[in-house]
Order: sequence, then structure tokens, then C-alpha cells
Amino acid sequence: MEQLKTIGRELAMGSQGGFGQSKEFLDLVKSIGEARSKAEEDRIVLSEIDTLKRKLLEPDIPKRKMKEYIIRLVYIEMLGHDASFGYIHAVKMTHDDSLLLKRTGYLAVTLFLNEDHDLIILIVNTIQKDLRSDNYLVVCAALNAICRLINEETIPAVLPQVVELLNHGKEAVRKKAIMALHRFHRKSPSSVSHLISNFRKRLCDNDPGVMGATLCPLFDLVSEDVSSYKDLVSSFVSILKQVTERKLPKSYDYHQMPAPFIQIKLLKILALLGSGDKSASEIMYMVLGDLFRKCDSSTNIGNAILYECIRCISCIIPSPKLLEAAADAISKFLKSDSHNLKYMGIDGLGRLIKISPDIAEQHQLAVIDCLEDPDDTLKRKTFELLYKMTKSSNVEVIVDRMIDYMISINDNHYKTEIASRCVELAEQFAPSNQWFIQIMNKVFEHAGDLVNVKVAHNLMRLIAEGFGEEDDDADSKLRLSAVESYLQIISEPKLPSLFLQVISWVLGEYGTADGKYSASYITGKLCDVADAYSSDETVKGYAVSALMKIYAFEIASGRKVDVLPECQSLIEELLASHSTDLQQRAYELQALLSLDARAVESILPLDASCEDIEVDKDLSFLNGYIQQAIESGAQPYISERERSGMLETTDYHSQDHHEVPSHALRFEAYERPKPASVPTQASTELVPVPEPSYYREAHQPISTSSVSERESSDIKLRLDGVKQKWGRPSYQSSTSASSTPPQAANGTSSHPDVGVGSSSLKPRSSYESKKPEIDPEKQRLAASLFGGSSSSRSDRKSSSGGHKPAKGTANKPPKENPIPVQPPPDLLDFGEPTATSVTATDPFKELEGLMDSSSQDGGSTDVMGLYSDAAPVTTTTSVDSLLSELSDSSKGNPGIYQSQTSKGLNSKEALEKDALVRQMGVNPTSQNPTLFKDLLG
Amino acid sequence: MIHFVLLVSRQGKVRLTKWYSPYTQKERSKVIRELSGVILNRGPKLCNFVEWRGYKVVYKRYASLYFCMCIDAEDNELEVLEIIHHYVEILDRYFGSVCELDLIFNFHKAYYILDELLIAGELQESSKKTVARIISAQDQMVEAAKEEAGSISNIIAQATK
Repeated sequence: MEQLKTIGRELAMGSQGGFGQSKEFLDLVKSIGEARSKAEEDRIVLSEIDTLKRKLLEPDIPKRKMKEYIIRLVYIEMLGHDASFGYIHAVKMTHDDSLLLKRTGYLAVTLFLNEDHDLIILIVNTIQKDLRSDNYLVVCAALNAICRLINEETIPAVLPQVVELLNHGKEAVRKKAIMALHRFHRKSPSSVSHLISNFRKRLCDNDPGVMGATLCPLFDLVSEDVSSYKDLVSSFVSILKQVTERKLPKSYDYHQMPAPFIQIKLLKILALLGSGDKSASEIMYMVLGDLFRKCDSSTNIGNAILYECIRCISCIIPSPKLLEAAADAISKFLKSDSHNLKYMGIDGLGRLIKISPDIAEQHQLAVIDCLEDPDDTLKRKTFELLYKMTKSSNVEVIVDRMIDYMISINDNHYKTEIASRCVELAEQFAPSNQWFIQIMNKVFEHAGDLVNVKVAHNLMRLIAEGFGEEDDDADSKLRLSAVESYLQIISEPKLPSLFLQVISWVLGEYGTADGKYSASYITGKLCDVADAYSSDETVKGYAVSALMKIYAFEIASGRKVDVLPECQSLIEELLASHSTDLQQRAYELQALLSLDARAVESILPLDASCEDIEVDKDLSFLNGYIQQAIESGAQPYISERERSGMLETTDYHSQDHHEVPSHALRFEAYERPKPASVPTQASTELVPVPEPSYYREAHQPISTSSVSERESSDIKLRLDGVKQKWGRPSYQSSTSASSTPPQAANGTSSHPDVGVGSSSLKPRSSYESKKPEIDPEKQRLAASLFGGSSSSRSDRKSSSGGHKPAKGTANKPPKENPIPVQPPPDLLDFGEPTATSVTATDPFKELEGLMDSSSQDGGSTDVMGLYSDAAPVTTTTSVDSLLSELSDSSKGNPGIYQSQTSKGLNSKEALEKDALVRQMGVNPTSQNPTLFKDLLG
Repeated sequence: MIHFVLLVSRQGKVRLTKWYSPYTQKERSKVIRELSGVILNRGPKLCNFVEWRGYKVVYKRYASLYFCMCIDAEDNELEVLEIIHHYVEILDRYFGSVCELDLIFNFHKAYYILDELLIAGELQESSKKTVARIISAQDQMVEAAKEEAGSISNIIAQATK
């Protein structure tokens, strides 16, 4: 049947001359359609390119013919071949007077050219002309082109005209003008910042199409600066209300829904405006409730609106009723057979879980189904949900699942993402050190080249600093277990480079620390690594440094060092390496081997990776040398700031502002030449001119050139002076003097992150506060107190942003933590028979840890259930006290912060981590206050 | 925001591409190859969404043609699915029960229609009627221009005789 239809079409086209195209073109399209392979298609296209190249060179091509050539060029370009040889003809075609050709020209250039293409310059003038056209279709074509082609530089050339068009008689033009302004705003917000009021005005446009288009820029504007659009909340709500009440023309209906695309845009904007704003949210309750009632969940578009409502509710401060409606909608999605709706349901669940954590429980099975689904898209979305609901009680199951999935996929982009999520979750919720190291090993093994370098550095630091336990015993146990696991893994083939770096570093630092493994064993392994990965210089560098450390520890402890033969040959090879870095490391190692124990110990002290390194930023040790140089006639050094400062004072200051625009292209017509008397005035350049503004504008080229000349000569002079001071001799002496201190600490000089650990006091205490959490009883209590995963998540989110937000949450407990007040329903839900019965017959028993703790606590929930009325009260009070403790303790925080910042970046990082751990891990135990007191001294 | 629109046949032949974000010609071919590999191989009952390089691609199959749109991770997939359908409905109305062949031979018209629907990666018009009106206005202009050109060339032809 389809075949028949096809033949019919072809016949019809043949008789019509195929909508005015020549037989040649139809043949081309047809032959490409019939091509059996990509190679054949390419061959046809290439010969077509040849033909077109030839034909375009012919003189006096009739316009009709030209139009067809252009369309053929578009076709070639669409098939992925380069048609740039014909771009210029498309540009020429936009200049044509007839709309038919102009339109083709514009279509072609918008498809061919990017906004930074050189040919754009040739079109700007045409666009300017067309914007002034009487024919609104021409104006529309020009506006279409503007949206694609105009870049930051050319915006000023068309901006005034576009603004004028906002009041054009035709709604199609107004709409496109709005879209063009929106585009400008995206390209360069500053260029249209003074025109923002126009968007507000157009919101009240008579034509619903224009109003709908205006929502696009408004959405962007609101997301950038919510506070200045709060006044529009009620307007948006009333527009939405009118839309849902079918006040718009029928033509905007889509599948019986009134203007659904406009509704969705409005909901997006409302979500932004209502987030964290109680009063704004309240205005929306009515209309949102209506939407839930009115939306037809049997059509796709109805579901699209429902989903947008759910998103909106998850952003604003919702009423319980709305939450319920949203939860209903989600459960409908999840129960549907359509994968699309399941996907949206999982997504919605992930959003809503932040507000009401118990909602996930009733969908346990649905979620697990989605996780097992063969559809990758759905699976990934489910992992995202799991990621959002991870907490210390279910972290092991979730991370294991994630890693299994990570190993099974090939998509590098997603692998990277899921690997970083695993790392994040493991760092946040690790139940034990052993587990943590295991997980990290797995991640590195399977996605080592994809994870961030920082992750490796964090791991090394964690191993170095330990997990914060008071006793060193646990730390050394941790290190030993790390060393053991690495010795096992190291012989596996093809490990990722980053992982090998970690392994080498850890083996170097702690390989021999316990005395369990002999130095020769470890060094042998390290040599194997350097051998097996001989093309990877970074790994080799790490391996050599590790060797150096091990020998240093041996020498320092007074044992006799015998260098393995393979080691010796490695060193010899590296002494002649092309890489200066490797060479230096090798020479240093060689030098170290001949030193005595005392010297070695001061160069590479045992386990000193956490010590601070003092860096003399002023290079004061060079003072003597400088003094000497100056005495022998060298110019004193002038810092860059002083140099530029001098420049500023010497040149004619006001010129600076005018130099910049003079480089940019000017699109307005040239000014009329000034009377001849003016230039003579200009020549007296340094004489103060009575009307400076006029002077600058008229004579800018002349004066700038003279200034720039002066500038350049100035710079030359100064540079000479600098060279004398920072030339070759000084360079030599500085390396010999400065190279040692950073190297000394531990050979990790290339990775400041690792070595320059903050004082071990900070992280240790923070982990201490996390420790009690492992107690399952308290964990459960905390889970019910905080309302499960989501609360800890939200806290974590805010704290991971940096130190300051963390402080904020602690200081304003009632505002940031509306969640703890939620638990009452949560607690009551525990007792529900359905939940327990599900877990009793749960076929996915291994996954029960995934869901909220409902399945785990048999006893405590019953108790809570009995006191269903009393429970909420007690929980809230305990939360309050907990929070007050929190805020008390954090009041002291700034003090710590300030005292530590001076130690450099790393202590800041440690502090951030500390704040983070405290946020998620602090429990209502009596230990904490004393802990902080300890900290504060 | 919609980053690009892609029409691919079941055999992996490109029928229409429109790029709203800058991609070089090389990147474009790579994107098309990569995506058609992923999308054409998906089973019929799976989601109409694919997560891809941090973006999402929403696709829908009509007969032998796949319509794909690439959107940001934060966009509403169901809405985009309906934007695709909206476009197809407009095409259908314009061509009169549209088929792949219409788009193959008249891809430039499909572009014109798309330009009235989406601009700079955003939906500019959600009324079918409005889009149809402006497209037919353009077509009429073109017809008129053609006739005029025809008559002028006739006159010239006659004058030069």
C-alpha cells in the first residue's frame, strides 16, 4: 500500500515538475534515496559537488536556476558534506529584491553559517534594510535570520530596529522581535539589559502567540534574578487561570487541552518564583489544584502538564493537599504501562522525595521493577533516584548496584557520571574504611581514566590522614589493608594510570610501614609497575618517588639498603630520560642513596605527608644575590602593578575608554566630514581642550595612535630593565636554592593537594562526630528524626556548596529545616501493615535495604505507632534541641575558620569537609558539645 | 532549549537537520552517526527518551521516519514529545497526509515550517492555525512573485523580439 502511495506521489511530482524543481535535482535526490551504502551516497554527493562547483562559476546564471543550486547546496550540507564553496552565493541571494529568492537565501545562510562566520558581515546590511521593509514577510524572514546569525558584535547594529518592531502591527513580527531580543539576551545580557521592561509590556499583548513567546525570555530573566519579578506572580497565576478556563482562542487548543505549551511555560516560571517563598506559593495553590483536577491523564500532553505541576510543587513550598495530589499523579505514572510515564514517575519521585521522604515506600516494587528494566534510559533514571535517596543505611546496596551497572556499560560519558556518584556516596556514607577502600578500588579499576584527578588525591589524603579515629592503631590498620589490597591488584594487567598513581604513592608511603612486607618486595613491585607502563611518564614518576621514599625509610631506620638489579637498571634508564621530570627524580634518588641516615631523615621524614610545607613566597633567600646585582649596576625590579600604574599616569587617561570601540566594526553610516579647521586643533594634542567629549569623538584615531606609540616604547624600556634582573644568571641560582624545600617533604611536590595536609586535628574530630552514627539504633532514630534520606541530602547539598552555606543552615534552623517537622506522617506510616507485608513476602530481599528503613525496624515502629499522637510532639522537640546544639556549636565555627584559613587552601578544604560531615553526621549525643569545646580550646 | 532537530529515516538516512547550538560540520556528522546508532536500535516499547552526553534526546517514530530533538537535562520530555507531534501535525496539514517522500523532495518547505514553529531553540508558536496562516501567506507571496516575474519576462521577451 505504501509502495503504491509512493508511486502515486512520484507521478504527481513528475507531472508538476516536482514543485518547480528541475529534473536534475529530482534525479539527485532519487539516486541518493536509492543508494545502497554510505559509500555510494558519498560518491554521488561528491560528483554533485563537482557539478555545482562548475555551474556556479558560469557567468550570468538565471535567478531561478541559482535558487535551485542553492537548494542543492543545502541538500549536500544536510547530508554532511562541505558546501562552503557556495556560501557566498547564498549570501548574495539574500540581497535580492524578490521575496522568493530572498527567502531561499535566508534559509540557506541560516543553515550554512554560524554566528561567528566571516560572511555574516556581508549580511548585516541586508538585514538592516529588510527590517525596514513594508512587507511584513520580509521583516519576518530577516528576524528569523537575526535569531541565528547575529553575534555579540553585531547586536548593536540591529538592536534599535528590533526594538521598534516590538510595536509592529502584525503579531507575527512582534513575536519574532521578542524571540530575537531573547536571543540577544542569551548572547550578551548586557546589550539588552535596558530593554527588559519591554518583555513585561509584551506580556500583556493582545495576541496570545506574542504573550506565549514572551514567556521564553521571562523564564530566563526570572531564573537569573527571582526577586525583581515577585510582583508578577499574581499576573502569571491569573494568566494560567485564564488559560485553563479556556479563555484563549480555540486555535491554541491542542488535543482538547487549552494552550498546553503556554501552561507548561507558566508553570516553569511559577516554580522559580515560588521556591522558598511561602506567600508566593500560596497564591498558586488554587490554580495548581485546579490543574490536577482538570488535566486529562489519558493524553500525553495532559501528562506533560501534570508532570510540570509535580515539578512546580517540588520547587515551591507546597500545601499538604497539593503534595497528596502530586503523589497520586506520580503513582499513576508509575503504575502505567508506558515506559515514558514510568520514566516521568521516577523523575517526579526523585523530586518529591526531598519534601516527603515517605512517598518512595509505597512504590518500592515499582522502583525495583524499573531498576531491572531492560530499557537503559529507565534504568539510569532509577539510579538517579537511588542516588538521591541514599543514606548510610542503604549505601552499600546502592553503590554495589551502581558499580555493577558501571562495569556493564560502554558509554564513557555516563560511566564518568556514575563513577563520580559512587565516589561521592562512598565518601559521604561509607560504613567502614575497608568498604570504602574496596569501593574506591573497584571504581578506579573499571573507570580509573574517567574519574576526576581530585578523587585520587582525596583518596590518598584519606589514607594518609586516616579516618579520624583517635588511635593511630586504626589508621595503620587502614593503611595496611590498603597496601594489601593494592599489592593484590597491582599485578593485574592494564590498570588505569590514575589508579597506578594512587597505588604507587600509597606503597611508597606505607608499603614498608608495618614491617609486614620487606623493602625489596615492595620495590620489586614498583619496578614492575614502572616497567609495565613504561610509556606513562606520570606513573613512572610516581613509582620513582615511591622507590625513593622506601629507600629513605630504610636508610633512616639504619638498615642496609641493597638496590635490586632491576631497580638499578630503571634508575640508569631514567637518568638519561627525555623527560626532565623523570631525570630529576632519578638524580635525586641516586643522590639520596649515598647520604647518611640523619640527612635522609630530614629530607624524607617518615609519614610526613600531612605536615605543612613552609613556602617562602617573598623569596627572601635571594635578597643577597639581588643586593649584589644591584650594586654591580643592575636596574631595580619594578613590579607589574607599578609598571602599569606608571603607564596609566603617563598616557592620556581618557583615551582608554575610547580605544575599545574604535576596534569594533561600525555598522552605521560614516559621519559627514568635519570642517577642515578641526584637525589643526587636534595637532595641539596636549593642550587642554575646552569640550573634551567633542574632542575625543572627532579625533580619536589620531590621538590613539600617538598614545599607543608612546605606550609601546614605554613597555620596551621597562622590559629591558626586567631582563637584566630576571635573566639567566638569576634563574640558575634560584633553582638551585628553591628546588629543595618543596621537594623535601615527601616527593609529592607535583601534587600539592596531597602533601600539604592540614593539621590532623580537624578531620579527626569531624570523623569522630560521624562515628556514633554507625550504631544502628541511633541511626534508625536519626533516620526517623530527619525524615530519612532526603533531609540528609538536602543538608549535604547545601554544605557541599562551601563553608558559608553550611554555616547558614546551622544558624537558622527553623527556616532551613522544614523537613524535620514532616516526620509525624512518616512515623505513622511505619506501622502500616501494607509496608510490612510487602517486605515479608518481598522477593527482592537483597534490596530491602534500598528503601526507607521501614523494613528494618520492627520493634521501634510499633512503639511509635502506639504513641501516634504523642510521637510528633516528642520528635519535634528533640529536633529543636538538636538544632540548637548544632547552632551553638557552629557559632564557634567562624573562629576556627579564621584561625585556619591562614594555613592555605588545604585546610579550607578540610574545613569544608568538616562542616559537611557535621551537617550530616551530628547526632543528638552528649559527646558532641564537648567535642567542639575541645576544638575551640 | 532545543539544541537540534534531526529527521532520520529507518535506514539511517538524514532527511532534515536543524542546529540551534553551534556544532562544526565534523561534530554534526558525529552526532548524527552516534544518535542514529542509538535510536534506530531501540525497541518499540521503550522510552522515547535517550540520555546522551548530559543532554536528553527525545524521539518519535512516524512510519519510517524518526523525529529527534535534543534538549537540556532539565527540560520536560513529554512536552518536547508533543512539540514533535505538533510539528508533524502541521506538516500533515500542509502537505495533506504527509509522507516521507514529501519531506525528501520538499525539505526546504519543511525548514520553512520549522522556522515558524521554533526559533533559536524555543517554541515560538503553539497555534497550528497561526503557523498555517503565515506559511500560506508566504506561499502566496511567492506565487505572486512568480507570476509577476513570468509576466515581466514575457514582456521583455516580447519587446526584444
